[in-house]
Amino acid sequence: MVLSFVLPLAFFTIFAVIFGKENNSTPKVTLIVVDQDKSEASENLVKALDEEDSLWVHLSPVTDKGVRSGPDYTAATAEAAVKAGDAPVALIIPAGFGQHPIAFGPDAGGSTLELLNDQSDSIAPQIVVGLLQKAAMTSMPSAMADEGMKYAEQYMGGFTPAQKAKVDGELDALRKLEADGKVGAGSGSSGSGSDSASAGILAVNVRAVVGKSAGQNKNMISFYAAAIGVMFLLFTASGSAGALLDEAESGTLERVLSTRVTMTKLMAGKLVFNTLLAFVQLVAMFLWGWAAFKLDFFSHLPGFVVMGLCTAFAVAAFGMLLASACQTRAQLGALSTLVILIMSSIGGSMFPRFLMPESMQRAGLLTINAWAIDGFTKVFWRDLPVTALWPQVSVLVGIGAVLFVVARRIARRWEYA
Amino acid sequence: MTASTQKAETSTALEVDGLLKRFGDLTAVDKVSLKVRAGECLGLLGPNGAGKSTLIRAMVGRVIQDSGRVMVMGRAAGSTEARMALGWVPQELSIYPRISCRENLGSFGRYYGLKGQALKEAIAWCLHWAALEEKQNDVARTLSGGMKRRLNMAAGMMHRPKVVLFDEPTVGVDPQSRNRIFEMIEALRDAGTAIVYTTHYMEEAERLCDRIAIIDHGKIIAEGTKEELVEGTFGRRSQVLARFAGGKDEIEAWAKRHGGRVTQETAEFTIEQAGEIAPLLDDATKAGLELLDLSLRRPNLESVFLHLTGRELRD
Repeated sequence: MVLSFVLPLAFFTIFAVIFGKENNSTPKVTLIVVDQDKSEASENLVKALDEEDSLWVHLSPVTDKGVRSGPDYTAATAEAAVKAGDAPVALIIPAGFGQHPIAFGPDAGGSTLELLNDQSDSIAPQIVVGLLQKAAMTSMPSAMADEGMKYAEQYMGGFTPAQKAKVDGELDALRKLEADGKVGAGSGSSGSGSDSASAGILAVNVRAVVGKSAGQNKNMISFYAAAIGVMFLLFTASGSAGALLDEAESGTLERVLSTRVTMTKLMAGKLVFNTLLAFVQLVAMFLWGWAAFKLDFFSHLPGFVVMGLCTAFAVAAFGMLLASACQTRAQLGALSTLVILIMSSIGGSMFPRFLMPESMQRAGLLTINAWAIDGFTKVFWRDLPVTALWPQVSVLVGIGAVLFVVARRIARRWEYA
Repeated sequence: MTASTQKAETSTALEVDGLLKRFGDLTAVDKVSLKVRAGECLGLLGPNGAGKSTLIRAMVGRVIQDSGRVMVMGRAAGSTEARMALGWVPQELSIYPRISCRENLGSFGRYYGLKGQALKEAIAWCLHWAALEEKQNDVARTLSGGMKRRLNMAAGMMHRPKVVLFDEPTVGVDPQSRNRIFEMIEALRDAGTAIVYTTHYMEEAERLCDRIAIIDHGKIIAEGTKEELVEGTFGRRSQVLARFAGGKDEIEAWAKRHGGRVTQETAEFTIEQAGEIAPLLDDATKAGLELLDLSLRRPNLESVFLHLTGRELRD
């Protein structure tokens, strides 16, 4: 009944929330901006980007509640923030940008913006590049006009003094309107913009700072090794923990409990075994990725071991909880399928969380999958040291400990009559 | 305390004293008291639902009693010391089917804290005791029914307990394997092990048990040697069993007139002399009952059980 009705409805709801239009579709992209120019043009550009609904523009680190928590980003701190996963993209507006912000053509000599990106999110840089072109169009009309005048003088033979004086007068008026905020940033109509840096009026150099050592495909392999691995680990763990139900049903459990072995010792032993089993399964998964898809496994070994053991511990405890809560193997099979597939769908094992709406991304944090995948992403994509894994390690170990304690409490029903 | 009393007390391996266990409104075990001495085999007989399993589980320490106590070798049942002194062979095949005999025994030995040489010796002893040496590397699920039963028994002997509880160890076993199991149990008893043996087969109880306790509705309704039970229930009287064709009410009325009773369509009387049979049958004929079958026998354990519980042991 559960598999026939609850699971399809649950899945339908989850994917409707992820992809449905009623959810305001695309998630917002967090964009770090470093304005090294501090010119009127650069400030207008930043202002225009800040007014885009699709972007969260951060000039400095902020807390979860949006409160500033540090000095303005520099190029170095912005790059570090992208590497740490605080934002998928960072825009560096170089000094001198205001002198020559735009160019009609690749060889026209305009300033080049630098966009640092995290290859784990392939969508974010494309959105930002497109919005940059839109912002340039709408936030800097005087710069556009200036550039147009240069082209007119270059290719049309120039203006007469009277024409030039009139044009300069109009440009001054336009600049005054820009300064007053009556034209420029955010006042233009919406447009999709270009998805190619070279095709726009702003020159943008996109540089990957995370995942640059490996290609995008290899990064995806490590992502899916973790994502799929965790999902199947959950199935393995619940299946293995189901041995407890077999033993209860056959009477072996009661017999074992008549020996020196207590329920706590027995469950702890099974937890250790299931943890090691899950870890070996993860090792097999990543080794296959290394052998078949050239995944850079061995240079990330310390991080893998830490994340692998913590993930295996959490999923093993999860399996113990499910097994102790169920009465029969059949019940365990149905319940584990339901819970694991739902956890996997919102936790990022089936669909990357960074592409989900904010509410779904937050909901995903309630799952083992999300924390495990985040940890493995830090190791294999961001090349972060083991010390950077402390949030994931803490949460996974905490989840595992809590689930095991609850499982042990439920297992009291097997102890005495 | 005299020396003989002291000796009797110290040789008590298992003691159940006033044990009471209720499940809601149901009293599963009703103030039961029992003692089993070292080297003695106590048969625990009772119909299904009589409270045998709860009593056995209380001896193992797996039941929280409402009152009373269970002591194993002087230690409270369920304590580590009591667990180490007690071996339990459940009715279900409580072994691991996917591993070999040797591995099964190794697992249970470790559960009892054995390791190294002590574990190896215990495995060897159990394999020999259960006559499974040739099958030691066979996976348990591939064994015959009798061998699985013997392995099930051996798993409870790894720590060489002083008290062993056998809960219907011969269920589903062929006669040859059953004999082998009897020999195994007799060897244990002869070595001084105290044994509690539950069974649905009266002949097993008669062969193996020094004393028998009959439990019904949670109470011990009779206890003693086979001879004591027969003597206590029937005295020197013999049993007459008669089956008739006719109305049930007429048969019951006739039996009642002569101090007998009808159990499972058979009228049962006890008589002191054979001459008492003729008047019984005359009266049956007058009541219009047609005699189908008549037997006269000395009461046995089966008779005692049927007389006391009103049910066959296998019911």
